[in-house]
Amino acid sequence: MRYSIWSLINQALTGNRNWTPVWREPEPKSHYDIVIVGGGGHGLATAFYLASRYGMKNIAVLEKGWIGSGNIGRNTTIVRSNYLLDGNEPFYEQSLQLWEGLEQDINYNAMMSQRGIINLYHSDAQRDSYVRRGNAMRLHGADAELLNQDQLRRLCPFLDYENARFPIMGGLLQKRAGTARHDAVAWGYARAADQRGVDIIQNCDVTDFLIKDGVCTGVETSKGTIRAGKIGVAVAGSTSRVMAKAGLRLPIESHVLQAFVTEGLKPVIPGVITFGAGHFYISQSDKGGLVFGGDIDGYNSYAQRGNLPVFEDVCEGGMAIMPMIGRARMLRNWGGIMDMSMDGSPIIDKTPIDHLYLNAGWCYGGFKATPASGLCFAHLLARDEPHKVATKLRLDRFRRGAMLDERGAGAQPNLH
Amino acid sequence: MIINHPHLGPRDASEFTILGDASLINRPDWQAGDADDAFYTYQYLRDNPAGLHRELWFHEQGDRSWLVVTRDTVTHAVIAVALASDVAKAAKTKTAQKTAPKKVATQKTATKKTAAKKTVDKKTAAKKAAAKRNAI
Repeated sequence: MRYSIWSLINQALTGNRNWTPVWREPEPKSHYDIVIVGGGGHGLATAFYLASRYGMKNIAVLEKGWIGSGNIGRNTTIVRSNYLLDGNEPFYEQSLQLWEGLEQDINYNAMMSQRGIINLYHSDAQRDSYVRRGNAMRLHGADAELLNQDQLRRLCPFLDYENARFPIMGGLLQKRAGTARHDAVAWGYARAADQRGVDIIQNCDVTDFLIKDGVCTGVETSKGTIRAGKIGVAVAGSTSRVMAKAGLRLPIESHVLQAFVTEGLKPVIPGVITFGAGHFYISQSDKGGLVFGGDIDGYNSYAQRGNLPVFEDVCEGGMAIMPMIGRARMLRNWGGIMDMSMDGSPIIDKTPIDHLYLNAGWCYGGFKATPASGLCFAHLLARDEPHKVATKLRLDRFRRGAMLDERGAGAQPNLH
Repeated sequence: MIINHPHLGPRDASEFTILGDASLINRPDWQAGDADDAFYTYQYLRDNPAGLHRELWFHEQGDRSWLVVTRDTVTHAVIAVALASDVAKAAKTKTAQKTAPKKVATQKTATKKTAAKKTVDKKTAAKKAAAKRNAI
């Protein structure tokens, strides 16, 4: 069923009795041309672009839990392309362009809202570094605008400009950035892929890889053996665990990142705002809750929950730039498992095992990357060569010393 | 998380900073023929287990000692704590005495709650840690 204003009216007038399931629940076949392990945002997007842009057929997505149960449903929904490095910025700009046309592509309301992101700066030196970043963005076709304090005051009068320790001097604005409804992204991609014949198989745990003479020919799953021409793995925080079954050790550590939501409030925050002196980012959901987060906890973790010291640190960051949120009550917090890479940038590449491909290392920037990650992974799977915006996201870059380290923190995953 | 410091007793984890996998103690020989490969593996590749994980913590807000903490990454339970210097020394004497590496069961088994917080005294913790290091 194609969604439109007419389908909506039609259903409303007939008592909403004729809606059909959003995707099928097929039993797995014994062989597919391409199997994607991981039914999160990236895996579903990969399947969608394989089917829609690369004309591939006979594709399956295997998901251990249910669609949308992982990080695609556990993030702060921010979409942006304000990166500095050559290897990253074109990729994230490609992603933002795909976000802009996403709802038409997948015929699903992902509530994409380009409400802008402002990175605050608090010193002359930081302003200079933001000028550099803004210029790098514009050179790659993204938009960036430097705001001085007067311009910022007009947009956000509620910020603590006179903060004694970290006075707010202005911000770097990307107007095309914004937020999207994270669950809808998963559901929308799943539905669109399903309509193009992709089998989405939920509750299907991959227990082993079938590897012979350095060639991967399929996977063992809780629903039986599935053979495949090519296997792509996009399992975020579980990457090390899953790839260990194929005998690979990776430049990845799994860490927990927490996010927080307050009670619903009237509209107070116009877009996304980030603190330049600490680590804090905040936006307001369409329901009114303030959605915010900060640093990862810093220790390896596979528990989808964090600890209170980070909770406190994040709230202090918030109070430093907008004391007005101090009286809002926190409703929920949760944690997701991040696949932190050694340089803070992702990996979309072949592995040393033939026909086995890897999409990982998203750190805590995976949500905004969903469409481009899917597109580039689909390109790699279909053509056996990297997409032109993902040529530097290689697995062997650590051995070659060709790091993509936005933060310049070195091989220390908990600092990225 | 509470880390049971061998000298100072139970201390909150927020007094510490974490460096990462305890395998970072075993710095490869830079003059060896395979130093390139060895340093790539040492610097960038990680086991990243779900379950027991030996890791280096630095008591930055305390006595500034380095500890080897054995922690469950699924439950966050701290299982054993030892001084990193003891672990390093034990490893050195052990490798000097022995050449044949021992096989130890894989780490997956201990993911469940049975791994309750135990105060293990310094020496046994160091021994255990050294045995585990051999396994890795």
